[in-house]
Amino acid sequence: MSETLEAPAMRTTDAPPIVEARGVSRRFSKTLDFAAKLARRLGVNVREEVVHAVDGVDLAIRRGEVVGLVGESGCGKSTLGRMIAGILPPSDGVILSHGRDLRSLDGPEARRVKLATQMIFQDPYASLNPRLKVEEIVGEAPLVHGLVRRGDLAGYVDEQLRRAGLDPALKKRYPHQFSGGQRQRIGIARALAVQPDFLVCDEAVAALDVSIQAQILNLFMKLRKELDLTYLFISHDLGVVEHLSDRVVIMYLGRVVEEAPAEEVFRSPNHPYTQALLAEVPRIDTRKRSFAGVQGEIPSPLHPPSGCHFHPRCPHAMERCKLERPALKAIAPGRRSACHLNDMV
Amino acid sequence: MTTPTLEARNLRTHFFTRAGVVKAVDDVSFTVERGKVLGLVGESGSGKTVTGFSILGLVDPPGRIVGGQILFRGTDLATLSEAEMRRLRGNRIAMIFQDPMMTLNPVLRIDTQMIETVLAHAKVSKAEARQRARDALGQVGIPSPEERLQAYPHQFSGGMRQRVAIAIALLHKPDLIVADEPTTALDVTIQGQILAEAQKLCAQYGTALIWITHDLSVVAGLADDIAVMYAGKVVESGPVGEVLDAPLHPYTNGLIGSVPSRNHRGAPLSQIPGMTPSLLNLPPGCAFRARCPRAEARCAEPPPFAEYLPGRHARCIHPHLDQAVPA
Repeated sequence: MSETLEAPAMRTTDAPPIVEARGVSRRFSKTLDFAAKLARRLGVNVREEVVHAVDGVDLAIRRGEVVGLVGESGCGKSTLGRMIAGILPPSDGVILSHGRDLRSLDGPEARRVKLATQMIFQDPYASLNPRLKVEEIVGEAPLVHGLVRRGDLAGYVDEQLRRAGLDPALKKRYPHQFSGGQRQRIGIARALAVQPDFLVCDEAVAALDVSIQAQILNLFMKLRKELDLTYLFISHDLGVVEHLSDRVVIMYLGRVVEEAPAEEVFRSPNHPYTQALLAEVPRIDTRKRSFAGVQGEIPSPLHPPSGCHFHPRCPHAMERCKLERPALKAIAPGRRSACHLNDMV
Repeated sequence: MTTPTLEARNLRTHFFTRAGVVKAVDDVSFTVERGKVLGLVGESGSGKTVTGFSILGLVDPPGRIVGGQILFRGTDLATLSEAEMRRLRGNRIAMIFQDPMMTLNPVLRIDTQMIETVLAHAKVSKAEARQRARDALGQVGIPSPEERLQAYPHQFSGGMRQRVAIAIALLHKPDLIVADEPTTALDVTIQGQILAEAQKLCAQYGTALIWITHDLSVVAGLADDIAVMYAGKVVESGPVGEVLDAPLHPYTNGLIGSVPSRNHRGAPLSQIPGMTPSLLNLPPGCAFRARCPRAEARCAEPPPFAEYLPGRHARCIHPHLDQAVPA
């Protein structure tokens, strides 16, 4: 890996969105079982519990962009990623993939649009079928979808594996015979085998050691250049997101609180949550600092706070923050933030 | 010079498995002074957790400490009987684990578990033990400790559970705490809170802390000294700032280089080729030589753990001395 790659090009305004989420929400509810229904009949106060995993999110990803989606556990970043990848239908709102509403399509056209988006998962141990050989894992989908003929399959699989940095001689092996980093490469080869142009990576390097993580991140950047890919990179690791992304979207309890070009958000975060998050990130260049910690816990998404979800932990909270949900408003070209403080200036 | 709180000298812990001898810890030496934090860093399988377990005497068969000394305020822990070790463990030496759900008993209330710990090492009444438990919970920043004592572990969030585990470790104001990846499972903002507690603790009670982690960035902000492990051996040790600014060992150098924030944004990360070797039947000589850009024929012989600069050791015959500027 001696070749030099250029810094990510900023292609922000002119390119059309490859995927767009409009007012997307996702609720998960626990339906009452028989005992609970009976208890309610008898006058006990039991209600269906509804989690607003994602709550009215607008997000557009343009062709060629790498968008980093950041947030703490339970903020809905994986749920949003799954909806954008088309494997989880939203409760409200629409997902437009390549300009088409996923729900309005069917038949071969739906398959074609859906194939263009692929997902890479966090756990390289759980996301590969342990009973299939690597060549079957990688080769199954392109064969089924008619992207390659059976006679050409072996050569095609070899090419996919080589591109992901694996020796094709290993293709007769099973997933358990590989290390974590190699398995993640198999997952990448599988995703790329159906020739997508958009990849959703959900914590794709979180389970890997630092030195292996660097190898996989370099692979993502190399593939982006070679295949002109667009990425939605979901991660809790701000260092990784800062390194890779053109644009960063920060979520807190199901809502987007800030959206900005990567350099700007790391230089001057606008939302108090983003500021707190960035202040807490341990960095290798800071020595013997005193940690302070944001006050309080992340509230339960079952009972999120009223108004702005962050107000119980926010040092600048006002009366208005408890009552009114702040809208995600443009604060500068290409930057949006959902905070009432921005109205005061 | 005072006796350090803990000194490991050439510690070796091997596992005698059917497939062969796994040298999980093989010649590990470090010192932790009173009130100081040692960051024990390494990738998975480097032997950092087994080192922690060896200190606490928690290595189970087929594993065994086969050599070296663990001097805790001058006493060699490796020679103590199980009964003597029990008197120290949880009392003078405590451990915090990565997953607090594993350390807390899910069917017992927090107060039961904490009072048990107090009574195990102190002759006090139950009421006083409860009082101590409540104080410990308050110290680690758990709101309304009196009510929370009545709760079960599943009623706490991950961060709160880790605080309870820390409170239990604190009950007897130990001289040494071994913390094994205690913030790895936590979110960034919660991790910040836990690190703040750890810092407060060292300053207040002079507790020495061994912080085991794979995250160099956490160590950079928290520790005084660092020991980097690779394939069962400490390959480099020294003061945190000096090691991270000018690493001597090529492995440390590569590890620091692979941290994204150290690299120019969007530029390729410098990466260490290959992967960590299996600890089973590791060939003699430097374990890193297959991945090392500086490897040469002499590396096939075991390199000494030598002091190249004052207070800075490295296990390498051709360290990066050119980068290092003596302070």
